[in-house]
This record gives sequence, C-alpha cells and structure tokens, in this order.
Amino acid sequence: MNDHMHQTQSFDTYETAWCPGCGNFSILPCLQKALTQLNLDPHHVLMVAGIGQAAKTPQYISANGFCGLHGRALPPAIAAKIANEKLTVIVETGEGDSYGEGGNHFIHNIRRNVDITHFVHDNQIYGLTKGQASPTSEIGHVTGVQTNGNINQPLNPVFLALAAGAGFVARAFSGDQKQLVQIMMDAIQYPGYALVDILQPCISFNKVNTFASYKDRVQPLTDSHDPTDFSQAVQAATQTGEQIPTGIFYRVEKPTFHTRHPVLADHSPLIEQTCDPSRIKDLIQSFV
Amino acid sequence: MTVNVLIGGAAGQGIDTAAAILEKILKQAGYHVFTVRDFMSRIRGGHNFIQIRFGSEPVHSHTHNLDLILALNEETISLHQAELSDNGLIVCDSTTHADDSRLLPLPLNEISKKLGNPRVAGSVAIGTLMALFGLSPELANPVLPSFLNEKYISINQKAVAEGYKLAQQRWSVPSGSCQDWMILSGNKALALGALAAGLKFYAAYPMSPSTGIMEYLAEQSTHCGIVVEQAEDEIAAINMAIGASFAGVRSMTGTSGGGFSLMVEALGLAGITETPLVVVDVQRPGPATGLPTRTEQSDLKFVVSASQGEFPRLVIAMRHHQDLFYQTIRAFNLAERYQIPVILLSDQYLADASATVLPFSLDNLTIETPVQPPEDISDYKRYQITESGVSPRVIPGDPRFLTTADSDEHDEWGRITESAEVRNQMVDKRMRKLDGLKRELEEPELIGDESCDILLVGWGSMYGPLQEAVATLNQEGQHHPGCVSALVFSDIFPLPTKRLTHIAGQARLIVNVEQNATGQIAGLIREYTGLACGRSLLKYDGRQMTGEEIVAGIRKIREVAYE
Repeated sequence: MNDHMHQTQSFDTYETAWCPGCGNFSILPCLQKALTQLNLDPHHVLMVAGIGQAAKTPQYISANGFCGLHGRALPPAIAAKIANEKLTVIVETGEGDSYGEGGNHFIHNIRRNVDITHFVHDNQIYGLTKGQASPTSEIGHVTGVQTNGNINQPLNPVFLALAAGAGFVARAFSGDQKQLVQIMMDAIQYPGYALVDILQPCISFNKVNTFASYKDRVQPLTDSHDPTDFSQAVQAATQTGEQIPTGIFYRVEKPTFHTRHPVLADHSPLIEQTCDPSRIKDLIQSFV
Repeated sequence: MTVNVLIGGAAGQGIDTAAAILEKILKQAGYHVFTVRDFMSRIRGGHNFIQIRFGSEPVHSHTHNLDLILALNEETISLHQAELSDNGLIVCDSTTHADDSRLLPLPLNEISKKLGNPRVAGSVAIGTLMALFGLSPELANPVLPSFLNEKYISINQKAVAEGYKLAQQRWSVPSGSCQDWMILSGNKALALGALAAGLKFYAAYPMSPSTGIMEYLAEQSTHCGIVVEQAEDEIAAINMAIGASFAGVRSMTGTSGGGFSLMVEALGLAGITETPLVVVDVQRPGPATGLPTRTEQSDLKFVVSASQGEFPRLVIAMRHHQDLFYQTIRAFNLAERYQIPVILLSDQYLADASATVLPFSLDNLTIETPVQPPEDISDYKRYQITESGVSPRVIPGDPRFLTTADSDEHDEWGRITESAEVRNQMVDKRMRKLDGLKRELEEPELIGDESCDILLVGWGSMYGPLQEAVATLNQEGQHHPGCVSALVFSDIFPLPTKRLTHIAGQARLIVNVEQNATGQIAGLIREYTGLACGRSLLKYDGRQMTGEEIVAGIRKIREVAYE
C-alpha cells in the first residue's frame, strides 16, 4: 500500500473505503493482476469512472485516473482515447452508473467502438445510496424504495450490448478470480469497445443475490461455445433458469473509431498532431 | 450612405445561396457589408428573409428601412412593402401580383426557363441587382464557383449576365476598400478562432443556432487534423470535451441554451477537476424550446451561475465578428492559464449574420500549454496549494508522474477527502484563481465620450445597434439636451467594473439596452457595483433591436428626463 499516487513503476493498490466483504475486494486484485500480466506501464493506463462504490476503483490503483460524474464515465473515457490512443483506457464503474444514469452513453459508445474496456461491477443494487433497485435488480426485489418489490424488468446488459453491435461481450463473476483475470486481459487486449459485466455480491444491501447464490448458479461457458458465432452468443446471453453462464460470449474484430476516422487512422495520436498555421491562413484567405 | 436590400421567399427557394453570392460580390466591389438572416424553424415554405446592408463606411448592424426588395414570392411584398422607402424598388417576377407603384416586374422565371433551369431565377435577379447598383458584371464570375456545384456554374453565369441586361443603374454608392477583407458568418468566425487557438477536439449535439460551428469545424476536420464528434446528447458532448482536455488536447463544445441546460452539471466537473474547457452558448429565445431560429440575450444570468457549488469561471460575450475570432482564441488561453471553464456567449443574430472584417491576423497568436511541475520533484501534486491557485497540470501518459482528477472533493494528490481543513484549502485555492483572472479582464468598450449625460449599457451583440444609435443621437446633440455614450461589455463575468463606475459616476442616467425581458446586465451591475440603471430598453420578440429602435427609445427617455 502507498500513501500517494506517484508510483509510475507498478500497479500498486491503496486502502479502500469499501464495506468488508464487498465483491469489489475480489475485483481490484484481478485488475491489478491483469494489468501487470499484460506488462502495461502505469503511466500509459487511464482508469475512468463515474460515481458509485465501484467507481472508486481509480482511486485505489496506481495509474492515471479520472473520476467524473455519475453516469458519465464513458464520454470522457472515449474522448481521452481519441485524444491519445497510446493510453490504455479502462472504465471501471457500477451498473447504475453504466446502464441507468449512463444508459444513453452505453448504447452510443457501442456504436462508436472506440478501443476502450468497460468493466461493470454489477451487484444488482445501488450501494452508494444504500440499497435501491438498480437497472439489473430482479422483479420482486424489496428495497427501501421498491417497498412492495421491484416491478420493473431487469435489463440484460450482455444481450443489449450484443444487440447494439458490441464486438466483445463477456460476463464474469467476482468469485471466480482466475476466469476474471483472463477475461480482463482479453478485454483490454481486444481492439475496440469491450464490455465485461462482472457479477458481484453487495454484502450490505443485496440480501437476494448473495455470494452463495451466485456461486451456486454461475457456470463458465464450455469449450464448445464459439465466441465468433453471434447466435451462440445470443443464446448464452439470453439463457434463463438456474444457471448463469459466464465467459466471453462474443468476440469478433470490427473496425474501430480510430481505424475509420480519417484524422486518426494511420496517423500519429491526435495529441501529437499539430496544425500548421499556414493551414489556418488558407482558411482565412478562403473568406476574402 | 448605406443601401439595404431584402431578399425574401419561402424556405427552399434558394434565398440563402442568392444572398451568400450577392454579399460576396458586394464585398469584392469594395463595400462594407452586414447581412442578417431571419429564418423560420422549417425546411420548406414559410417566410424567410435576409437583409444585406452595404456602404462605403463600416456597417455595424441591420435596419428595417429598406431600399430594395427582391421578392421571390408575393408574401415577401405584403410583409415588407411598408418598410420600403418611397423611392425604393421591388424586384420580382413578372407574374407577381402586388399593388405597389414601386414594383419592378421582370421576366426572371421566363429567362431561367429559357436557360434550361428554373432554379437559376435567383442568379438572374442577382444580375439585375448588380446593374441597379452599377457594379461591373464581371464581379460575379470569380464568386459563383465558391457557392455552386461545378456543373451549375456556367448556367448561373449566363443567368447573371441575362439579368444584368434587364435594368439600368439606379443607385450610386461610393465604394469602400473592403476588396481584400473577409466576409463570413459569426459561427464561422468563432470556429476559425477555435482552429487558430489549436482546437483538436469538438463534441456537440446539433442545435440551432449553434450547429454552424460544428458544420464548419467538421468541414475542416481533415485540413486541420481535428476530431469533430456528434455526441448522443449535450451531456455526452461536454463530458467528452472535458475528457479530451484532461488527456491533453484543446477541446470545445457548443450549443444553445437548451443544450447548455443539460451541460450544467459537467460545467462544475470542469470547475472542480480544474480542467480547461471552452463552452459556446449561441443564445436563442427560451425558455425550453422557445423560438429556435431567433435571437435573444437571456442566458447571461443562467450561465454566470450555472451548476451547483462555487467555482471560478469566465464568461465572455461576443460583440461582433472580431470578438468571435480573437476572444475565442483568448478564451482557450485563459481556460488553460487558470484551468477553468470559459463560456462564450454568442447569439443567433451574430451567429447567422455575415460581416466584412479585416482578415484575421495570427501575428500575435500564442498557444499556452499546461503549466508543468519542476523536473526535480519526486512527489507530484496535481492540486498543489499555490498562491495563484493554479497547480501544475501533468497530462496522462507522462512517464514522470501519474495524474488523477476527481469530481469529489480531493486533496492535493487528487484523492477523495472529507477533511474539513482540506475542503477549505481547496475551495480557497480554486477561488483564488479569480484574483489573477480579474486583473486581466478587459473593460467594456466605450462608444462616445467619457463625459455623457446618458450612459447606455449593453453587452454582446447589442454592440452594433448601440454603435449606430449613439452616432445618430449625438448628431442630434445640438437640438436635444443630454449627450449619449454607450459601454458594451465583452468580458462580462466576473464583471469588470472600473470603467463602468468611472463613467457612470458622471452620467445623469444609466440605461441598460438588452435583448431580454428582465434586464440581466442591469442586475449584474447592481449586484457588483451598487449602480442602478434608471431606465431600460428591452426587447424579447426574437428579433434583434435596431439602432433606430434604440434611438426612438432614448428620445422618449430623454424627453421625460429633461422635461
């Protein structure tokens, strides 16, 4: 543990403010491991988050960090990547942030396909605001606000991401660290927008989706699953019943924002490009 | 002497292209030109008109006293004939029915059909107008290719030539010396300023009347190596701009009041993360959707206080096309120097108005870069407490240091804190940036003499009309008591108060002249100086006040004040 964030050599972690037993405690070391195993330089990593418990992650790991507004993690993240493609940009934040307040950005950034990674800590409850229904809470889930049980259908984020055209869609479980590290590494290496929905228990506010209930139900996809087959991906993503499939549902390469953009494709990063003043003079002259 | 031409027709009749061609021809002929555009919020039909005013002396604004109407439909005549001078002319097609002795019906449509394309009637009319103004017919040839698809250039050249034969010279306007000046719209002038300032990233959601900025930037995207991204909403737009700026490229977003409303939370994000940001609000009448294609100055009090909490910001109002270019460049540098959001207030009037201006100069152009920490430190503090309030800003990717920004209150390292002591230190540090900023504020421009009886106070686009009004009112000076001057603010928040308090101290009456219903600058002046504007001239019908309207209003006020 370190006092201050000036370590540029390794992905050290810091003392957190999470509740004891929080699923976030399992996810943070996986992130640390994935980043270290990928041999990335901390100064080339930018962690971006919105607001929430999971969104504190950038505060707890030795990398560059941008903790913006609730629901608004994706816009600054993709813009930072557009500004400097040398950065490895990772959004790490909760499902309320990603799918609730930030739902519009979620859909449209799948369309943009900027090369960033999106780790969603999905505990099916709002933690920071002390236990209201989240976009993925199950029907009937009783909370301090949904006093008679949640009556709104839960969102299926992996299915939505597939439908919106994401090229990398995965689901993981905070209790299966080995799988999580591997998925994280694959997602970070994937050239394009990669979504990993990470199921995790909320020890304080979610008494329905407990560690035990996840542990009993998660079922890693078998080797027979072909992640390049869209229909298999949809089938896995929409599977209902007792078992919750985990793993990489879908992975295909697609043109990214950068490869399609005339200013970014085959050019140096935007931050290194300069516009010669003579070009501005040309424009001025065009109005004469 | 100025001549004022109105081109009117339905949306889709091509009046915009005709006006763009004519104003450029007039500029090439050496005239000062000021063109205002009055559009309805529709794509086809309705009534749109454009007024082109030109002369040998600088033209600062528009007037409703018309010398010539080019009517592409009958409605244009019925709506505007009352504004036409007695010896004016209404140029229209021979098939037009209208009861007016000033009518000059010409076979515009017949000629265009003969030439093979009914859509060139506008060019026939341009030729006619050139003849009426005694312009050389050759002036059109180099202008047409800039506005027309290549395959239509030759037919339009023929149309202009045919139209030229239809009339004799009617006006003789001494020429100016603007051949080598620019003519461009306000939105383009602002966009050009941003490009000159080194803009690399622009994100916006389309919204009238700001969209022209995004369109021009997008058009120059590959030429200048910038990324222009159409966001899914204005919330995304401003958050993207903040993210790109944090990552080290100059960024801007632009919108109108409705979109700015959505951006408000993120304005505070730029404030607390101390990320440089330029936000353009091209104002239109509100609230809510209001009058989408018209003008107002009603967002001032909104933008000076937008977002929860307290943080330093700078608001600059655009007075004219020079401001739109040079103040935009300055905005980027001040945003970087103080690591604050800077809000540029333009409005539909200026955004869509074209004006002749001296070619913008890049001679004194400087592009400030983020202040860096000393090389020899081992412990980088992004939010280091400093005397100026400005802390070194490392860009992510720097191998020396990591950097962290947080919308939560944070300590010097950017880590979340709830310490009361650190909270106070951070608020004080951020607010201290205002001390430096206030020292370099630009005082309002004075039109007229320092010693005046009546001081008019305006801001932003009211500059042009005030310029005309003061000139007219002071010409009447010998017959009327009470000489008039005007102060027009560009830097408007924090409010520069030196020149205002100095001049107001000698004036008998202060009158605020604004395009809004509540007198917003009068409120700011009262708040920051204690000075009261005794009278106000306000307009909020979506149409910019003219110099004549100000003159009429001040005459009334003067009569009462000097009874």
